[in-house]
Amino acid sequence: MKKYDVVTTISYPKKGAMGKTGNWRVFRPILDKDKCVKCLRCWIFCPEATITRHKDDSVDIDYVYCKGCGICADVCKVKAIILEREGKKK
Amino acid sequence: MTEVMIDTGNYIAAKAAVMCKPDVVAAYPITPQTTLVEGIAKYLATGEYKGEYICVESEHSAMAACIGASATGVRTFTGTSSHGLLLMHEMLHWAALARLPVIMCNINRVVGPGWNIWADENDSISQRDTGWIQFYCSSNQEIFDTIIQSFKLGEHEKISLPVMISYNAFILSHTSMPVFVPNQKDVDAFLPNRAPKWKLDPDNPITFGNIILPAEYEKVRLDMQKSHEYAKKLILEISKEWKQRFGRYHGDLLEFYKCDGADYILLSMGAIGAESKAAIDNLRKEGLKFGLARVRCFRPFPKEEILKLSKKADLIVIDRNISPGMEGALFTEVKASLYDNTDAKVCGFIAGLGGKDVPFGDIEKMCKKVINGKARHIEWFGLEGV
Amino acid sequence: MASRYLVEICFHGRGGQGAVTAANLLVAAALIDGNKGVQAFPFFGAERRGAPVRAFARISHDEIHLRSEIYNPDIVIVLDESIMDIVDVLKGLKKNGKILINTRTKPGEFDFSKKFIVATVDATDIALKHEILVGGIPVVNTPILGAVPKILDRVTLKSIQDIVLDKWKGELAERNVKATQDAYDKVEVKS
Repeated sequence: MKKYDVVTTISYPKKGAMGKTGNWRVFRPILDKDKCVKCLRCWIFCPEATITRHKDDSVDIDYVYCKGCGICADVCKVKAIILEREGKKK
Repeated sequence: MTEVMIDTGNYIAAKAAVMCKPDVVAAYPITPQTTLVEGIAKYLATGEYKGEYICVESEHSAMAACIGASATGVRTFTGTSSHGLLLMHEMLHWAALARLPVIMCNINRVVGPGWNIWADENDSISQRDTGWIQFYCSSNQEIFDTIIQSFKLGEHEKISLPVMISYNAFILSHTSMPVFVPNQKDVDAFLPNRAPKWKLDPDNPITFGNIILPAEYEKVRLDMQKSHEYAKKLILEISKEWKQRFGRYHGDLLEFYKCDGADYILLSMGAIGAESKAAIDNLRKEGLKFGLARVRCFRPFPKEEILKLSKKADLIVIDRNISPGMEGALFTEVKASLYDNTDAKVCGFIAGLGGKDVPFGDIEKMCKKVINGKARHIEWFGLEGV
Repeated sequence: MASRYLVEICFHGRGGQGAVTAANLLVAAALIDGNKGVQAFPFFGAERRGAPVRAFARISHDEIHLRSEIYNPDIVIVLDESIMDIVDVLKGLKKNGKILINTRTKPGEFDFSKKFIVATVDATDIALKHEILVGGIPVVNTPILGAVPKILDRVTLKSIQDIVLDKWKGELAERNVKATQDAYDKVEVKS
C-alpha cells in the first residue's frame, strides 16, 4: 500500500522486525519452573526482551525470537535455566 | 625477491602504504575501511611501520592532521569511506589548494540514509571538484600497485597534489586475492623520499594559505588545472616505469581490454570494470564486437582517449553512482568529452547502487539491449524493465 | 561463463563458526597447490554470532575477473546442519554438484543424495574433541576444511595444514592440524 508520495526509509515499531531470530540459536535455554523463584533477573537482563513476564511474575521464554545468547542462564541465581545444544539428537 | 601475499583489499592496502614509509598516518575508523587502519596499526605494533600513527577524533581531524604533517614536508597517508570522506570535505579542498600530496584510500560505500554499508561510488564522485587526483581500482593487485604509484605521482614537483585511491566496499575491501609484493629495496628504488621545494620549518619561517586577492586567485586555480593536465602524461610514464620494474600493468588513465576492432566500447569503473571483462569475453564468443575501456583515473579525466575511442565505436557507460537531477557522473563526463567532435552514440546505465550485485550476465544484457537498439539514452538497470 | 578451470564454492554457517575464515584458509591452501587465481569473500548481512552467514570461494588456474556473488556453485559446504531448515543451501548447485555437511547423519540418508554427491563429517564433535572453541562454542571451520580434499582434488590436506600452521601458533595450531586430519579420515562420501 502506498502511504507516501515519496520513497524514503521509515519503519514502525513491530515485534520481530529483524525476522524470526530464534533460528540463530546454537544453545536453547530451558526453564525449570519448579526451581524458578520469580526474581525476574532473566526478564531484566535479556537483551532481546524474549522473556515474557506474566501477572504472577512467572516467566516464559519466547523461542521464536530468543537468539540463545545464554545471558538468562548466566544471571539466574537458582540455576533454573540451563542451556542445551540445539538440533536433532542422535 | 617478490613474495605472494594473499589477503583482503584493505590489508593489501595497509601493506602497500607501509612499504611507502609514510612519516605520518592519521585515521579514524569507519566500516568498511576499518581493517585498513587496523592493518597499519598492526604493522606499527610489529615495528614494520616506523612512522607516527595519530589516532584522531574524526575524519575531519584525520585530514587536518595529514595536512599539517604534509606541510612540514613529510610523507602522509590516511584512509576513509563514505560519511567519513564527506566529513573531510572542507579539508579535501584545503589539501589540494595548499598543494599537499596527502595520499588516501577511500573505500567506496553508500551515503545514507537509508543506512547501508555496501559498494556505491557516490561518496568519492561527490568529491570530484576538490582538486584531488582520483583512481578507481578493480583488483587487490591494482590497489597495491596504485598506492605506491600515487605517492610518486602526487609528490612529483610539477604535480604536488593529493591522490585518492578508491575501491569498492567489501567486493574489494574484504575479498582475499593473491598479490605480488615486491621487496622493500625495489620499492625504495622506485619511490625516493619526498623532497618538497618548500615546507613549514621554524628555521626558515614561511606562511601558508595566505589571503589572496581576486586579481591573483585565478592563477592558483589555473596552475592546479595545468598540474592535472600534466598528471595525464605522468600517469602514463609512471605506469610504464612500474611495468618495466615490476612487470605489472593495469592501464594508465584507462585500461583497454579487447578494444581492437570493437564496434561498441563499454566504459565502467571499479569492480564492475573487472566483471565487465567476463562479459566482454562472452560477447566476443558470440561474435559480438565489444571491447572495454575501464576508467582507472577519473580526475584528471581521460577525455582525449575517450574521444579517440568514439571515432571507431559507439560507447556504453555503466555508472555505480547518480548525480540526482542529471544522470551518472561518468556518463556526463564521457559525453562532454565528445562534444561536437564525433557521431558516436552513447548509452548510459545506472547499476549496482547500494551494493546491488552486477554480475557479468547483467552487463551482457545491457550490451545486447544497446545492439538491438532498445536501450534508451539513460536507464536504471533492473528497475526500468531492462 | 565460468571457464572449465574455475571452481566456485559457497559456505553456509552461522556468525561465529568461522565460515569466512574457512573460505580464506581454503583459497590460501589452493594457492600453494598451484591455483594462480583464487578469491574468497564474505556476504555481509547480519554478521552477528548465531545469524546465518555465507562466504564464497573461487579457485582457478587463471586470474579471476569476476567480482560478483556466486549463484551456481560447484560445491556447497554447510558448517551447521540446522541452517538447512531455514536456508535453501542447494539453491543453484550445479548438476552433479557436491555438498559437504557438518552432521552426524550418513550421506545416503539425505534424500538429495540421489541428485548430488553428498559428503558428511561430524565436525562439531571433532572441534569439541580437540577443544577448538571460542567463548565455549565449537568453531568448526578448520575441522571441516580437512574433509574438503576428499571432494576437491584442487587442494591437498598438506597445504591446508600448512596454512593452519601459518595462521595459528604453538599448541593451538597443533590441535587444529589434528582436527583437519581427523575430519579427512572420518568424512564419508556417497556418489
